[in-house]
This record gives sequence, C-alpha cells and structure tokens, in this order.
Amino acid sequence: MRFFNLLIVGLVGSLLLWGTMDFPRWADPNAPASRHVSPYYLEHAIDDMEVPNVVSAILADYRGYDTMYETVVIFCAGISILLLLRVGETAYMKKRSLKIRLVRRNPILIIACRILFPAIVLFALYVIAHGHHSPGGGFQGGVILGAGFILIALAYNMHIAIVIFYPRLHRFIAALGVTIYSLVGLICLLLGGNFLDYSALSKILPVSPAEARSLGILAVEIGVGFTVMAIMFSIYADLSTRGRLRRGL
Amino acid sequence: MLETFTARYYYLLVIFLMMLGLWGMISKRNLMKKLIAMTIFQSAIIFFYIASGVKRGAAIPIIEHDHTKINPDLYHNPLPHVLMLTAIVVGVATLGVALALLERIYDRCGSIEEDEIIRKLEE
Repeated sequence: MRFFNLLIVGLVGSLLLWGTMDFPRWADPNAPASRHVSPYYLEHAIDDMEVPNVVSAILADYRGYDTMYETVVIFCAGISILLLLRVGETAYMKKRSLKIRLVRRNPILIIACRILFPAIVLFALYVIAHGHHSPGGGFQGGVILGAGFILIALAYNMHIAIVIFYPRLHRFIAALGVTIYSLVGLICLLLGGNFLDYSALSKILPVSPAEARSLGILAVEIGVGFTVMAIMFSIYADLSTRGRLRRGL
Repeated sequence: MLETFTARYYYLLVIFLMMLGLWGMISKRNLMKKLIAMTIFQSAIIFFYIASGVKRGAAIPIIEHDHTKINPDLYHNPLPHVLMLTAIVVGVATLGVALALLERIYDRCGSIEEDEIIRKLEE
C-alpha cells in the first residue's frame, strides 16, 4: 500500500515536471503571465486612482468583486466554526461581570503584553490606513489586530479576552465589515456608477474622481480589516477552548 | 540539459513540496497529519504563483513618487500577489473550519485515526 502511494506521487510529480518543460524561465520579464493585464494595471493605477501600491489598487478596485466575496468567505468560515463548536456562550455570558479574575501568571509575560498590545494595535491601524502607499491593507492589518487580542488571551487568560471582546461584539464587528464593503458598493450604484465603481463617490465628496477611488479603497480596506480581525479572534477563541469560551490554553 | 535545469529549478522545488503534501494526504492515517499535509500542498501552490510574478531586476509593485514614464518591466507582476494575498487569508479561515470539524469528530468518535473512526462508525 505504501509502495502504491509512493508510485502515484512519483507519477504525478514526474508528469508535472514534464509539464514545466514548456514553462517560461524563472524571472523572465517576457513571461506570458506578465504580458497581458498586469502592465495595464501598473501603467494606469496612478492615473486612475492615485494609489502607488498597485497591489492595493487591484485588490480593492480593479478586482473589487473578488475581494468582496473573499471577505464573505472568511465571514462564512467564522460563522460555521461558531455553529460547529460554540456551546457555552449563553449560560456563560449571562453572568459576565467586570470582576476580572486575575489568575496568577508570570508577571514578565503580563508586563510584556501590556507594552506590546498598544504597539501591535497602532501598527495594525497603520498597516490598514497606509495600505495605499506601502505594503499593507485590510487583510494584513486585520490579522495583526486579531493577533493583538489573541496575545491578550494567551498572556492573561481567555476570560479576560472574552470580557474585552465579548461574543456579541465580535459577531457584530464581523458582520459590520462585510456590510461596510457592500454598502460602499451600493452607494456607488445609487450615485449612478457601477457597483463598486468608487469614482461615483466624487458626486458627494469634494474630491476628483481619482481621489474618490482612493478614498473608496480606504473604506473598503477598513471593512475587510474589521471582518478579518473579528473572525481571527473568534476562530482562536473557539478552537482553543472547544467552544466553551473559558480556560483556553 | 544543465541550462534547462538552472532556468527552472524553482519549479522542481515547488513540485517537490507539492508532492510532499500529496503523499501526506494520501498515505497518512491521522486526520491531523492529513490537514498539515494539505497546508503544505497549499503553500506549494502559493509559492508557485508568487514565483510566476517575478521579473529579473524588478522592484516591488509600488510606484515611486517621482516617476516619469512607468515601465512595467521595472515592477514585479502585482496580479499573483493580489490573488495569493486573499488565498492565504481564506486558507487560514478554511483551516479553522477543518480544525473545528476535527474537534467535533474527536468528540463523537474519541479519536482522529481513520481506521478507529471507521470502526466506531460501523458499530
């Protein structure tokens, strides 16, 4: 059986290797993948929307639909984990009090967490807000924000993290992110443009169409950041406590 | 022969990683190990796409502020970056769903070994 598996893997691998014989050389500027749409994006991103980071420009504007549904996929994944695992919420959250039980933990860990958490949040907001001009954007910033809350859950305990970022709040924020994204698209539609065509926003904002597209990208990235942050924390909370939302790691 | 190899050795590495994942997925009996193998498989695909966007002598796809005429050959292809950016985050979310399913399976059957789950289900 083991030999048979190795045979299949070897066969598939050699077929794929044979297939790469026709592939372009690595790092070839004339490779077909780099010849068709991407030069258009690179040449027109600045003129179209004044966003130097072409990755953000494609992510939120040229391929806005794609990213919108990616956000919906993440939202759905978070909701399905919630449905699969979460059991202890109602009984536990009713007696949610602000009397935080401080379990005796390592003080070095607690102090390091206190110093690091504001820095992590600040950096995450920078990554989201500056995603037009430097590497970054909603997905990355959202994950960093979520990591900040996970750090609290790890350094203190799950109870404190849940009191700060309680289940109703993180569900609301996850839904809010998707709503922001689709509302921006809908507003563009109502103003006479296409769905997610942010240049229509220049009719209600005192900016040129190109700058309106840049602002639209920012709004959409904030929505993505919200959803990703809430879902990352919710996944961690559910998986590490098997849905009971207490004790944890 | 050597020339073809040096121009394409990157594909060799990616396919090696991919086959490692495939082998793990089909021959390991533990569902957790299968999941790890699936993640390795996924990383191989992400590496492959990112590699297809590389251009020799180019910079990251962020246009400089004092540019004059934009030459696309001086910036990496941004399209694979965008596609893989979303693929990574969605990959994490789906991995979470898989882990949640695994915990449910463990609750129900008391094991994540394939043959023990089958024995439990047949009872």
